[in-house]
Amino acid sequence: MLLTLMVIALAASLLLSFVYSSTKAPIDKAKADKVNSAIKAVLPEFDNQPSEAADTLVLDGGQLMLYRATHNGEAVGTAIRTFSKNGFGGTIELMVGFLPDSSIHSIAVVGHNETPGLGDKIDPQKSDFSLQFAGKRPGQFQLSVKKDGGDVDAITASTISSRAYCDAVQRAYTALQKGGAQ
Amino acid sequence: MSRLNNLTRGLIHENPIFVIVLGMCPTLATTSSALNGLGMGMATLFVLMGSNVVISLIARFIPDKVRIPSYIVVIATFVTIIDLLMQAYTQSLYETLGLFIPLIVVNCIVLGRAEAFANKNGAFDSLLDALGMGLGFTLALTLLGAVRELLGAGSVFGLQLVQGDAILVFVLAPGAFIALAYLIAIFNRIKR
Repeated sequence: MLLTLMVIALAASLLLSFVYSSTKAPIDKAKADKVNSAIKAVLPEFDNQPSEAADTLVLDGGQLMLYRATHNGEAVGTAIRTFSKNGFGGTIELMVGFLPDSSIHSIAVVGHNETPGLGDKIDPQKSDFSLQFAGKRPGQFQLSVKKDGGDVDAITASTISSRAYCDAVQRAYTALQKGGAQ
Repeated sequence: MSRLNNLTRGLIHENPIFVIVLGMCPTLATTSSALNGLGMGMATLFVLMGSNVVISLIARFIPDKVRIPSYIVVIATFVTIIDLLMQAYTQSLYETLGLFIPLIVVNCIVLGRAEAFANKNGAFDSLLDALGMGLGFTLALTLLGAVRELLGAGSVFGLQLVQGDAILVFVLAPGAFIALAYLIAIFNRIKR
């Protein structure tokens, strides 16, 4: 009885170790590709590998990643992977691209659990909500929804998602100021 | 005849979703679009085929007392394999289905077929049974996903068919129950 179970468990673990080692490289590649394509989406053209030299910064109990992009050795911007825990369906993760003058170039959604059809309009493919941030400098542009006295047009019927989005972008800006001095 | 019956039984007369009503948790949770339903169905199909064949081969050697633990180990192995494979090659689908891939381990259909069929029958019959049940499950999930996506987002498999706003509730949790209930009713009507 004990022997049978042991043989089965042993065979299973041998098989799994084989599958694990043969899928490890493709899994790492798929994850890196995802980060790279998000960086590419939010910054102007660059020719270095920002994902290989990322800075991390811990802020409000979470981790932010700073990816610095250069083109012909000149800095073209910083992509910051940021988050907000105040989303309607949990954590929202964004990639915010800042130009060297610390204005926002573009923002992409990395991951979210917002309601389909309402809060998921934070995705640039679903609505133009995120486009209003392009070219704005957070110092002069109040990063909160108009209902709260800010400058951001919230998504209709998705104020909570819009607030969380602003919260995440604000956090990215804080990270840029703290870690972007180099 | 009985071989063919093993294959077709799962598709219609003992369809795991519409007739036996097993495995409701992934059925309701992952069918917000046709593609998600299809992906979940295929993952379950793979696990079911692997576990049914292996269990039918080793059932004779397993003492009754450790039967269930042994089956769970076999099933969990196949689930982990599909989990790793999906992570490597279909990353975006993997993220959408998320927690529900590991949860195939406790899907009633998989253990149910192991107990009800695979441990009493040969490997080939078990394979046919798994194929039938798995395809029946996939068919049901894809159909439910397609209906919900069409009504809730106006598209099927991401292809926009109707412009403008749709009936949002069908993509949300309550819509899953409503759509499933109507599909079961229609299925019963056709079957009779």
